[in-house]
Amino acid sequence: MSAPSQRVLPGFGLALGYTLVYLSLLILLPLGGMILKASELGFAQILDIALGERSLAAFRVTFVSSLLAASINAFFGLIVAWVLVRYSFPGKRFVDALVDLPFALPTAVAGITLATLYAGNGWLGQYLEPLGFKVAYTPLGIVVALTFVTLPFVVRTLQPVIEDIETEVEEAAASLGASRWQTFVKVIFPAIGPALLTGFALAFARALGEFGSVIFIAGNIPLVSEIVPLLIISKLEQYDVLGATALAVVMLAISFVLLLVINVLQWWAASRHKSGHENVEPLEVAAGKAKQGEGA
Amino acid sequence: MKSLRLTVSSLFLALASATALADATLLNASYDVARDVYKDYNPLFQKYWKAKTGESLELKQSHAGSTKQVRAVADGLEADVVTMNQANDVEFLADKGLVAKDWAKKFPNNASPYTSAMVFIVRKGNPKALKDWGDLAAAGVQVIIPHPKNTGNGRNTYLSAWAWALRQPGGNDAKAQEFVGKLLKNAPLFAAGGRDATTTFMQRRLGDVLITFESEAEMIAKEFGKGEFEVIHPSLTMQTEFPVAVVDKVVDKKGTRKQATAYLEYLWSKEGQENAAQNYLRPRDPELLKKYAAFFPPVKTFTVDEVFGGAHKAFVTHFKDGGSFDQIYVAK
Repeated sequence: MSAPSQRVLPGFGLALGYTLVYLSLLILLPLGGMILKASELGFAQILDIALGERSLAAFRVTFVSSLLAASINAFFGLIVAWVLVRYSFPGKRFVDALVDLPFALPTAVAGITLATLYAGNGWLGQYLEPLGFKVAYTPLGIVVALTFVTLPFVVRTLQPVIEDIETEVEEAAASLGASRWQTFVKVIFPAIGPALLTGFALAFARALGEFGSVIFIAGNIPLVSEIVPLLIISKLEQYDVLGATALAVVMLAISFVLLLVINVLQWWAASRHKSGHENVEPLEVAAGKAKQGEGA
Repeated sequence: MKSLRLTVSSLFLALASATALADATLLNASYDVARDVYKDYNPLFQKYWKAKTGESLELKQSHAGSTKQVRAVADGLEADVVTMNQANDVEFLADKGLVAKDWAKKFPNNASPYTSAMVFIVRKGNPKALKDWGDLAAAGVQVIIPHPKNTGNGRNTYLSAWAWALRQPGGNDAKAQEFVGKLLKNAPLFAAGGRDATTTFMQRRLGDVLITFESEAEMIAKEFGKGEFEVIHPSLTMQTEFPVAVVDKVVDKKGTRKQATAYLEYLWSKEGQENAAQNYLRPRDPELLKKYAAFFPPVKTFTVDEVFGGAHKAFVTHFKDGGSFDQIYVAK
């Protein structure tokens, strides 16, 4: 291994060692302990706990609402990030600071506030309920809470990437005759796609584990609006630490697979975008092709 | 700047000497809403103990959900005494060998210095005329309770309704389960905890009836005003106990058994009982109960031991996974 000597930056060995120790202490050790604890149960028992009717319903509620919340944020977060980077308007810095608030607010406070807002007599709930939208104490409330909590992830991952796209590129595309939609789809989207996926994945992962805000707005009715973290707490209330770890491990395994899939997708998207560059196909050419494509 | 530093350092010194002056320190691990009770009780005991022995004690409090607290004590939180709101939690410590197996006999009254009762809170004028448990299962009534599986408050409600149904003519466990199932179907949500249920009912004005501790009713009156609601005592309700115990393992290590035992015993003194009554908890002392009769109208109560054969058995039958609560929701 002569690799380290060829590195431009010194201290590779030290930095790598530090990284490994740090990650092991912070992540691998607790997770390993958890898996070890769960392994006191047999595989069949873990499956039995995870496939109970109540657990299955909770897994469904958790994953579906997290997916919805992350998707909503992927769409609207993109718009927010775009507006914050590309336009200047009075109060822009203030709006920009607002985006981070869901990070800073204790999630229980967020949950209680949202429940108060969307309850039948709340500021929003009083108008929504006559229209047939019950938000507080329904699965819809869970989606609302998760969307609130995960908003910053998409916006903050996209902002620097959008900043890197030079406006000249868009102008070039336009001068070569691409329509606005084509410029977005063929020029801009490939550049921000990987970051958008990262933001989506972060939001999704955060939503899966969210507890504090959800329990105050969910209603927590078995089979309808119970999330997996609530079931884990419920098991702990029964002093059933093993059962709780079993649920946690299953949750972790599914999340890991999903995040891996998203990462592979992102890697694929990034390499496709990059290979576009390497083939020296300037964006102007791409824009020109798009124009031809439209003509055909 | 200098004066600030002086102030800070003298403050630090004062704190250090206060700790040094205390002859012993006791930590009381307690349930969540017990803050006020023990905040008022601790100075009473300190005064009593100083007069009796000349020792000055430092008393520390730790509050969280009851079950969370006993888990913390089992995991090494060095609490000299535990003051809980569910016998089941003390039982857990006994199982782990931290508390004597016969903890309930170490103090009078099942080691519970005061009690409360589960009551109905209804809207002013009681528009749906809800008088007893049977009314709560009727169609169109909305009941607000915390999660019966995960909270002590919710469990007490569940068991109260069950016991009432058992005592109806021809009542048995199957009928009780059916009745409780109907009552639970009237719950539009299960609140995260006791206070969350109160907020949902009082502030968000959801539901026709809130079921909670009698002591909580006075808190609501303080917070929202007396004119907003009425308290209904049903024909039968659970006498909820608040068991206390000395944590043997900790006091033996710290050498604080004498102080810890006295701390809990003093809860049964006139002063301790009066303090409980002033915090809207039913004192065991019959004279005081009479003195505060306006707060505590006579109610017909049952204990978990009488109807369910003990807190642990009730817990296993009804709230453990696969228990009656799960059976109501998950058709096998």
